[in-house]
Amino acid sequence: MGWWTVNNNMSQANAETGTHGFRVSKNVAPWVFMFPALVIFTIYVVYPILDSIWLSFFQWDGIGEKTWVGFDNYVTLFSSDSFWTALTNNVIWLVLFMLAPPIGLAIALFLNQQVVGIRAVKALFFFPFVISQVVVGLVFSWFYDPNFGVLNSVITWFGGDPIAILSNEDYVTYGIVAAGLWPQIAYCMILYLTGLNNLDPEQLEAARLDGSRGFKMLWYIVLPQLKPATFIAIVVTVIGALRSFDLVATMTAGGPWGSSSVLAYMMYEESIFNYRMGYGASVAVILFLIMDVYIAYFLWRMIRSEK
Amino acid sequence: MFPQPIQKASPGIGISYRIALPITIILWLLPLMAVMATSVRSLADINAGNYWGWPSEWHLVENYSTVFTATPMAQYMWNSLLITLPAVAGAVALSTLAGFGLAKYKFKANIWLFAMFVGGNFVPFQILMIPVRDLTIQFGIYDTHWALIAFHVAFQSGFCTLFMRNFIVGLPSELIEAARVEGVSEFKIFWYIVVPLVRPALAALAVLVFTFIWNDFFWALVLVQSDEVRPVTAGLSALKGQWLASWQLISAGAVVAALPPVFLFFTMQRHFIAGLTLGATKG
Repeated sequence: MGWWTVNNNMSQANAETGTHGFRVSKNVAPWVFMFPALVIFTIYVVYPILDSIWLSFFQWDGIGEKTWVGFDNYVTLFSSDSFWTALTNNVIWLVLFMLAPPIGLAIALFLNQQVVGIRAVKALFFFPFVISQVVVGLVFSWFYDPNFGVLNSVITWFGGDPIAILSNEDYVTYGIVAAGLWPQIAYCMILYLTGLNNLDPEQLEAARLDGSRGFKMLWYIVLPQLKPATFIAIVVTVIGALRSFDLVATMTAGGPWGSSSVLAYMMYEESIFNYRMGYGASVAVILFLIMDVYIAYFLWRMIRSEK
Repeated sequence: MFPQPIQKASPGIGISYRIALPITIILWLLPLMAVMATSVRSLADINAGNYWGWPSEWHLVENYSTVFTATPMAQYMWNSLLITLPAVAGAVALSTLAGFGLAKYKFKANIWLFAMFVGGNFVPFQILMIPVRDLTIQFGIYDTHWALIAFHVAFQSGFCTLFMRNFIVGLPSELIEAARVEGVSEFKIFWYIVVPLVRPALAALAVLVFTFIWNDFFWALVLVQSDEVRPVTAGLSALKGQWLASWQLISAGAVVAALPPVFLFFTMQRHFIAGLTLGATKG
């Protein structure tokens, strides 16, 4: 409250005396407005990032003394099989998640009609994005269950043998990624539906008069107009793929034998279960560095468009 | 409109489109429907392999009341509310202030502070985990509702500031300038001019952030551990471990946990989508 009162009085006083000192208040005001958010954001986001990087150079069990070990954690990390498994899985997530924008676009094109009940249909398609990933994880664990899951009912119905996807080292990551794609496609779909809503009707008409239609029209006329939606869809998909934790934790806890782990889960496991905080921090730093590439690109684009 | 309105196509295509719609919906939501069907079955049905047929007896009431009587599910739901509501209010309030500061004042660090809020919103949670856990313990709020409230307010204020700042930038500056010339204080400008204008954005943002915080799982694992404070996501995951074979109960629990955000989504759909797609239409 103190901040506001001071600010209030200052500008009032300035307005009354009629001096141009009212500029002072205008210079201070944004800082007063930003103060609470800046403080709490610095404490809980900015400082922890720096502290984690610092911690990654120590050996620490979370309670006792920290021992400086330089780059040892990273050396251990790069020679550890579980790190490379997790990193490979992150790449699989990233690559397969890139299916979400095109599939989302396809569904959006399919649903972009005005028929009775279409609003409800769109809402139902969007549904998976609204529910928690823990619930999505449970839903898909059930879906994949080798004894009574839907998937295996379908496979056996077609005469195949049931597969225990989540306990098979070769399939497990793909199974989890499929579960992750479900809400992600829904998200991309809604972005594209909004984009399609805002197409320029005159351009479409002109193109139609020129005889453009179907896929050609989509590629040359519609997609360029959907560029902002595509950009956001790709950004949220990349971030979603690299953040994957909830599904891995609920569906397999990284198993069988660590084969479905990703960097985010590995970090959690090493720090919380194995009490290797410094080592865990080094995993987090690697993940952070990978994500920084995308964050930097996003910020660069944003700052450029602001100027 | 693209593609061409189906009304302009031949009647055959029009009819097949209308038939295809419900079929694709069923296929899309198949995993979810399997869970909902399971949540009203008896254990006997599941053990007998009746997963798709009509339930031999309806256990809707039994299963759902078991979820609430035999487990702390009600407590988990209550905890989720106690955490989510104040966190949403806090994040939205702080970011409306900060968003105004960034949107309507020119100063050197402006774009960099904005970039900080935006960038912070994208970082992996794991890079924050150990220090945030330590801070929470130092503040003496570990394993309390405040542990999660404080963190969510801080973290979500990144996204919320991005959102509010972009919305407020679009408001006409003339109103603010005119008030300033009249000698109205900066805070009064904020309270009497900006806040009434951003109301629609506040609704959109609140709905969206409610869903984000309600669905959080990672921080619920890291910052709290007892049943008295655990929110429903972490609670459900713990229950899964305990009822390994009772799929009908896990399914019922999952349905219950999903209800609040789903309800909010269907009642506030327009706001929700407006919030989510902000930025999807302009560069």
